[in-house]
Amino acid sequence: MLRKLLIGAMLSTAMTGAYAVPSFADEVEVLHWWTSGGEAAALDVLKKKLESQGITWKDMPVAGGGGEAAMTALRARVTAGNPPTAVQALGFDITDWAKQGVVGDLTEVATKEGWDKVIPTALQAFSKYDGKWIAAPVNVHSTNWVWINKKALDAAGGKAPESWDELIAVLDKMKANGISPIGHGGQAWQDATIFDAVVLGIGTDFYKSSMIDLDPAALGGDKMVEAFDRMAKLRTYVDKDFSGRDWNLASAMVIEGKAGMQFMGDWAKGEFLKAGQKPGTDFVCVRFPGTQGAVTFNSDQFMMFKVGANQQKAQLTMASDIESPDFQSAFNVVKGSVPARTDVPDTAFDDCGKKGMKDLAEANTSGKLFGSMAHGHANPAAVKNAMYDVITRHFNGEMDSKAAAKALVDAVASAKM
Amino acid sequence: MSVASQDNATRTGVFARAAIYTVLILFVVYYLLPLYVMVVNSLKPLDEIRAGNMLALPQQWTIAPWLSAWSTAQIGVSPTGLKPYFLNSILMVVPAVAISTVLGALNGYVLTKWRFRGDNIVFGLMLLSCFIPFQIVLIPSARILGELGLAGTVTGLVLIHAVYGLGFTTLFFRNYYEAFPTELIRAAQIDGASFFQIFRRILLPSSGPIIVVTVIWQFTNIWNDFLFGSSFSSVDSIPITVALNNLVNSSTGVKEYNVHFAGAILAALPTLVVYIVSGRYFVRGLMAGAVKG
Amino acid sequence: MAQSQAEIAPVLTHRPSRTPKEALQEWLPKLVLAPSFAIILIFVYGFIIFTAVLSVSGSKLLPDFSTWVGLGNYVRLFNHPNWITALKNLAIFASLYIIVCSVLGLGLAILLDQKIRAEGLIRPIFLYPMALSFIVTGVAWKWFLDPGIGLEHVMQDWGWTSFSFRWIKEGQYAIYTIVIAAVWQSSGFVMAMFLAGLRGVDNEVIKAAQIDGASTVTIYRRIIIPLMRPVFLSAFVVLAHLAIKSYDLVVAMTDGGPGTATWTPALFMQKFTFGRNEMGMGAASAIIMMMMIFAIIVPYLYSELGGKNERR
Repeated sequence: MLRKLLIGAMLSTAMTGAYAVPSFADEVEVLHWWTSGGEAAALDVLKKKLESQGITWKDMPVAGGGGEAAMTALRARVTAGNPPTAVQALGFDITDWAKQGVVGDLTEVATKEGWDKVIPTALQAFSKYDGKWIAAPVNVHSTNWVWINKKALDAAGGKAPESWDELIAVLDKMKANGISPIGHGGQAWQDATIFDAVVLGIGTDFYKSSMIDLDPAALGGDKMVEAFDRMAKLRTYVDKDFSGRDWNLASAMVIEGKAGMQFMGDWAKGEFLKAGQKPGTDFVCVRFPGTQGAVTFNSDQFMMFKVGANQQKAQLTMASDIESPDFQSAFNVVKGSVPARTDVPDTAFDDCGKKGMKDLAEANTSGKLFGSMAHGHANPAAVKNAMYDVITRHFNGEMDSKAAAKALVDAVASAKM
Repeated sequence: MSVASQDNATRTGVFARAAIYTVLILFVVYYLLPLYVMVVNSLKPLDEIRAGNMLALPQQWTIAPWLSAWSTAQIGVSPTGLKPYFLNSILMVVPAVAISTVLGALNGYVLTKWRFRGDNIVFGLMLLSCFIPFQIVLIPSARILGELGLAGTVTGLVLIHAVYGLGFTTLFFRNYYEAFPTELIRAAQIDGASFFQIFRRILLPSSGPIIVVTVIWQFTNIWNDFLFGSSFSSVDSIPITVALNNLVNSSTGVKEYNVHFAGAILAALPTLVVYIVSGRYFVRGLMAGAVKG
Repeated sequence: MAQSQAEIAPVLTHRPSRTPKEALQEWLPKLVLAPSFAIILIFVYGFIIFTAVLSVSGSKLLPDFSTWVGLGNYVRLFNHPNWITALKNLAIFASLYIIVCSVLGLGLAILLDQKIRAEGLIRPIFLYPMALSFIVTGVAWKWFLDPGIGLEHVMQDWGWTSFSFRWIKEGQYAIYTIVIAAVWQSSGFVMAMFLAGLRGVDNEVIKAAQIDGASTVTIYRRIIIPLMRPVFLSAFVVLAHLAIKSYDLVVAMTDGGPGTATWTPALFMQKFTFGRNEMGMGAASAIIMMMMIFAIIVPYLYSELGGKNERR
């Protein structure tokens, strides 16, 4: 009966001709979660570019959970023995997959095109494993931005805050002006995004020792208690309905002038632009007060999987196209992020984009470019999420700052097991 | 048969009936509210949604979100809308429902009319399979599909859905056939009818209601499945739920809620139609056996 | 059990058949059943064993059978605050959900059974939520329950300024809003089951009671509702299975928040296995979940399948 069942199923599909198409040499299958308007359109640039070189793009989008659904599907694909050619991936997920010995090798094209020189070293840490290039970075998002409604800022003195105290002063004025000072969505990753910036604002060394090196002394120390105190302080400027709100509804509050500012990565810019707002006149983009000169980033990369020899050419072509300056510029203008290589001309970018590119290059040379904890570029998924638990609990008032710092040490220790 | 049908109208009382209708209407509102939220917001421009008040009627009516969700919204890199994915889902759902229903009917037939030592244990084990969380079977299923060479094919998806539907279909048919008079089958057998002849000529003709229940149940579950659909489909077989999910679950892009709601209703149309068209038979089918534990 | 089969179908199974054709007839039923049973054994019970093995391994991203941690994953699991929260939430969610759905389902079925004129219109309205995927209806609920834009906002706009309904934003109440949405989704289905059950009640019994002068309420309480016992049990199975697997709903409405207040075991398993690359711990949580499910379902099955024989 099993056979009958299989035959029946096969017949039913054969009749309708819905067999999986066998793989041809000149094609790439791409698993990603860029499915909404702007970002998908940006990726379409790459598709067109490949098609002009005679390579077919087979699209396999799986959105959800910031890539979690795609990673779930990827597990099934790899287990079944048919991984896609290229997979969108973030930070430590790339390293984790590389450890499984299933990824491909791009060293050939990377050497030829000199990726080593133009891609920031902090990104290379994720694009390379065991000395080999395994992934092609597409963009760099920096996460320590503040998006401020210009009118609300003018009403609160007109000067964008540059230090923690100035920030508090502006927030107080906004509160007095009768708006909700901070537009925020209470989801774990959004809480963590703010936390990133707060920790970085206390000190770049502190960020490195606590978030990246996971030094227990830093994680549970006085500075961490201060970081949590600052989170608690920011909590008082958030409206009462913040919990569970999507980040883009929080952006909408800033756009509408119901809220004064939002702490969010550079993808938020898309929301402002889409609403017809102009940087500088309708909204202002600044670095989180106290983090000027430093950048926390996350970088989307296309991780390449081991494929048959006949598909390797297409895979390498795709990698080469991703790193081509014209694609980097075209894609990132649309996406709101900045190019993953530092030698791309900034002519096509708006003011916020130009500033972002300049900051990235500076932070890269001064050694102040750090992977974002909130976005999986400071430590592996298990540790990141363990931190999320503590940060979001504390932000929701379930524990005080001292208890939170202690819980952070325990959670990280448990997740590292 | 209801008690009220024996009552005459005067005995029930006007007040009682008014109360009954009031309660029913209140619940109609409760059940319709989310649909109302979806429909109303799918007919508004995005600005109005951004401005708040999700329950207000549109100030400016528009069907643009519906058109966008159907044919121009970005699902992956290409702006195809949900349109192309309907066929994929149908190609997957129809065979999967058919196979699991046929097998369930045969299993129910054997388990009630050809009983053997340990049949209840077999049935119990099959029934328990309804309760496993699907997340745990994902990785081993992928391995097996890979070994069978079915990874990423419609056939593979059909197989998986048929397998994990077996528990429920067997339950439905078993409970239905349980009530079917065994004497008829015994008589037919004495007349020399074979195993399959009895099934085809005696049981099947009176199985209409339970087939409706099973088909509705399976159709809805498979149509709405996301986990298997996203993990075991390939480029040419992406089902509608995965497409819908791609439409609504953008990570860092602009969220067009009006398009999302329109898309959600579009994606649910087949199941809605199945429910509404066969709702009457559904209750009749449940009545005829599915609920008689 | 053996006796009951002999009673039911002695002719079918105990016929002295010796010709090859008759022998085939005797084996055919088992042959027909065997493939389904074999598939279930592999795809369900085989995979459960696989998961059990995973749960004592040090698997992270993918199954890894080279490192073993014994019961380490279980120890970590029960020391994890999110798991404890998840268990508490499941207890609240499952019990409320099952009770409210059953009561509401029965109540609505009784009301709908009073020769309601618009029954054909109302029934599909009660039923349709079951047909929708929670990927998006979850968003509709989330908005509706959001005090800033949903019900509270509207009520205050309409002049009822003291109206307050902000459970979804408050850690200790958020799980109840998930119950509300879950009840919305499946109570109609339960209603249909009860309606079918009510329509199946023998008229004669009711008539006899009415002749004896019993009131409508008494008839329902003493005669009809007790007759619904099998429906209650079927409804229980369907609801318990939905409650334990509740994942989509939670993700769409709160994704575990505020804080970690609405984590459920299914969410825990999904997040740990696929989000946090902790496959071993995810498997351990799955095994605990399955033990809970079986602890509820096995006694039910036993009483159901055993009870049948007594009734005959």
